[in-house]
Amino acid sequence: MGSDPSRSWRTATYAVPLAFLALFFAYPLLSILERGLRADGSVASPLDVLTDPLTRDVVWFTFWQALASTALTFAVGLPAAYVLGRFAFRGRSLVRALVVVPFVLPTVVVALAFLAVLPAGLERGWIAILIAHAFFNVAVVVLVVSTFWASLDRRMSEVAATLGAAPARNFREITLPLLAPSLAAAGSIVFLFSFTSFGIVLILGGPAYSTIEAEIYNRAVRIFDLRAAAILSVVQLICVGVAVWITLKLEAVAAVGAGPRSERDVLRKPCTPRERGLVGGSLGLLALFLGVPLAVLVERSIAVGDGYGLDAYRALARPTSALLATPWEAVWNSLLYAAAATVIAVVIGGLAAFAVANSSGQPRALDVLLMLPLGASAVMLGFGFVIAFDRAPIDFRAAPWIVPVVQALVALPFVVRIVAPTLRAIDQRQREAAAMLGASPGRVRREIDLPIVGRALAVAAGFAFAISLGEFGATVFLARPDTPTLPVAIFRFLGRPGEINAAQAYALAVVLMALTATSIFAVGRLRVRCGWV
Amino acid sequence: MLRAEDVTVRFGESAALAGVTLEVARDEVVAVLGASGSGKSTLLRVIAGLQRPDSGRVLLDDEDLAPVPPHRRGVGLVFQEHVLFHHMDVAGNVAFGLRMHGAAGQEIDRRVHELLELVGLHGLERRSVATLSGGEQQRVALARALAPEPRVLLLDEPLGSLDRPLRERLLEDLEALFRELRVTALFVTHDQAEAFALGDRVAVMREGQVVQVGTPDELWAHPADTDVARFLGLANVRDDTVIRPEAVTVRHIGAGDAGDGVVESLVRHGPTVRLTVRLDDGSELDAAVTSLEHPAPGERVFVEIDPAGIVRV
Repeated sequence: MGSDPSRSWRTATYAVPLAFLALFFAYPLLSILERGLRADGSVASPLDVLTDPLTRDVVWFTFWQALASTALTFAVGLPAAYVLGRFAFRGRSLVRALVVVPFVLPTVVVALAFLAVLPAGLERGWIAILIAHAFFNVAVVVLVVSTFWASLDRRMSEVAATLGAAPARNFREITLPLLAPSLAAAGSIVFLFSFTSFGIVLILGGPAYSTIEAEIYNRAVRIFDLRAAAILSVVQLICVGVAVWITLKLEAVAAVGAGPRSERDVLRKPCTPRERGLVGGSLGLLALFLGVPLAVLVERSIAVGDGYGLDAYRALARPTSALLATPWEAVWNSLLYAAAATVIAVVIGGLAAFAVANSSGQPRALDVLLMLPLGASAVMLGFGFVIAFDRAPIDFRAAPWIVPVVQALVALPFVVRIVAPTLRAIDQRQREAAAMLGASPGRVRREIDLPIVGRALAVAAGFAFAISLGEFGATVFLARPDTPTLPVAIFRFLGRPGEINAAQAYALAVVLMALTATSIFAVGRLRVRCGWV
Repeated sequence: MLRAEDVTVRFGESAALAGVTLEVARDEVVAVLGASGSGKSTLLRVIAGLQRPDSGRVLLDDEDLAPVPPHRRGVGLVFQEHVLFHHMDVAGNVAFGLRMHGAAGQEIDRRVHELLELVGLHGLERRSVATLSGGEQQRVALARALAPEPRVLLLDEPLGSLDRPLRERLLEDLEALFRELRVTALFVTHDQAEAFALGDRVAVMREGQVVQVGTPDELWAHPADTDVARFLGLANVRDDTVIRPEAVTVRHIGAGDAGDGVVESLVRHGPTVRLTVRLDDGSELDAAVTSLEHPAPGERVFVEIDPAGIVRV
């Protein structure tokens, strides 16, 4: 029945993404594994790398900085989450939209913003890393927790109060346990992002602080110890796997079934001066925390001596000793690569979303498989590409499309996550009605599914484009010296001494920030809810 | 014992409560009867301290409650939708108020046991509240509110979310419980039968104001105005006169008799039947008659009215 178009379509939705993942995800990962277990052509125990005190320090730092970053992110985000989850006020949805901005910014831009804003002496080191992580991830806490909070029945706390619970006790015994699922969800996301953080750690960590992720890069690129890098990659994969497993357990334990209320029943206007102060105060502080670094970043890009000017931007058109291309060419490269990556990610991710949406009932193996690149981390993918495709038949040095492919791989989980829920939400009866009216299965997809899913695909494309533009961890391994991308160019400028190099790094960061914000807001107008924020 | 004095609450332009004064004596149960939107729930929230009044005050045992936060008022509250703590089991819910008041572990266990026995949920201590039926959940909510021995118990449509047979059973249980425990309670309802069954006195509310307070008998005998009369289920309201349905007698006509009107419809209300008769002048008259023997719809009938059943309002 190979000629049945419906059948072959379904096969394609599985086969194409699976083939893509097998070649560009599984194969590089296996290459890493093989490289880690082999030294001088024979099988060797990885124990020497594992027991190295340096490795132990890196793993330890990775863990505690991720924990501390998560704690700091909660400290910064919870007051705003409370205010947004309990009060209705003018501009509430605008605040919720703006708070996403730092989260979609490339990590390189975030790192530069804190390099610019933190006082000398603090701008590199673990404090800078924690603050930058909190800046980057605070949207997760604010959105996830406030959305959940806004569905919590206010009367729970009211009943508790009439039973004698003082405010602090009421919060501890009623609100906190009821919020637990959202706290666990937000906490695990922030922990994972901080654990696998690369750009921020590489730039703000200085020589003394390195996460597993940054250390993979150091060993592979700076020391050229591919075996140690491979072993660290496996360690990273195991750690992430364990962290995901624990958080899934946590979320299952934390989930309690209190009937959710609609926001309209829960939110009320702040009426006392104290409440108004609370709303203004916590949102004002959050605005300062998020706004000042970005403002200073822009300011630094136009600072010339004691005054201001566009010198750094003009210099972007001229050749520089930091790159084998002009900075503007890097901008152009980034746009081209990101566009190509978006096409790949939307095609593969769109097909996969169809497959995932159709695989109801079964344990969604494909769904889980597609999320894996997220956990495997960009650096590992980049490194895997380097050691997997460094010889015939696929030599990455001769293949300019290898960069878009790896960027698409990083963007893929997001595309599936955005498109699949929309597909699942399509009422099967609409398709049946179309079929009753004489539409063939292919026609049904074109006339029913595609228009509905079109908007989700557009949003996914915007996200994929923004992610590809800012992608650093994998691209830094693969971009050729004469065709750097924007984040790579920024990183190269930072590695060079001198005012003008720093100023150009800031200017490029501003350009990157503007491009990212534009692509996100362009699709943001389409207003499609995505499942995970 | 509990006294609300001239309480006013405004939400923007409209007043949810417009100068409400109401008193509940010790061991008395007062029912607040009103349609939805009449402000009765807001009154409970003000008394519990969950809503600050724009003017007026609430006194409990002659103490002005204005500076007292909700958790120190000693006022129990039961909501229509139970609002149980889903992260605790049945015993955890009932024990909550006792723990907040610093009761010792053994004392808590004893009281929880006692209260669950009282509301007929003995043995369900360790059950998750999500697995309980609606009626059981409401009993837990009641036990939880009673546990710390509140000075006043407030109930907001406590039976509103239950289906009818369950409601009637719980109504009887509540009545017995109130009598046995001698609780001072204020409960709001939109159901006239509930209000009359449970309330020692009934306060009728309309548009944020208390329009009449009295015992069920007083209200039934002398409704303050025609609206109250209609709300109490006295259907025969003409201008300023109310004719009680039970004062209307409907008889079969003999051969050749003209009669007064035609039976239009018939609704069974337990032991009585409510007939609606279309009189020859075009008006309608409701009659409550025995269900044993009565005219059928479409039949021409004689109508007689007992003068004792005519009330001027």
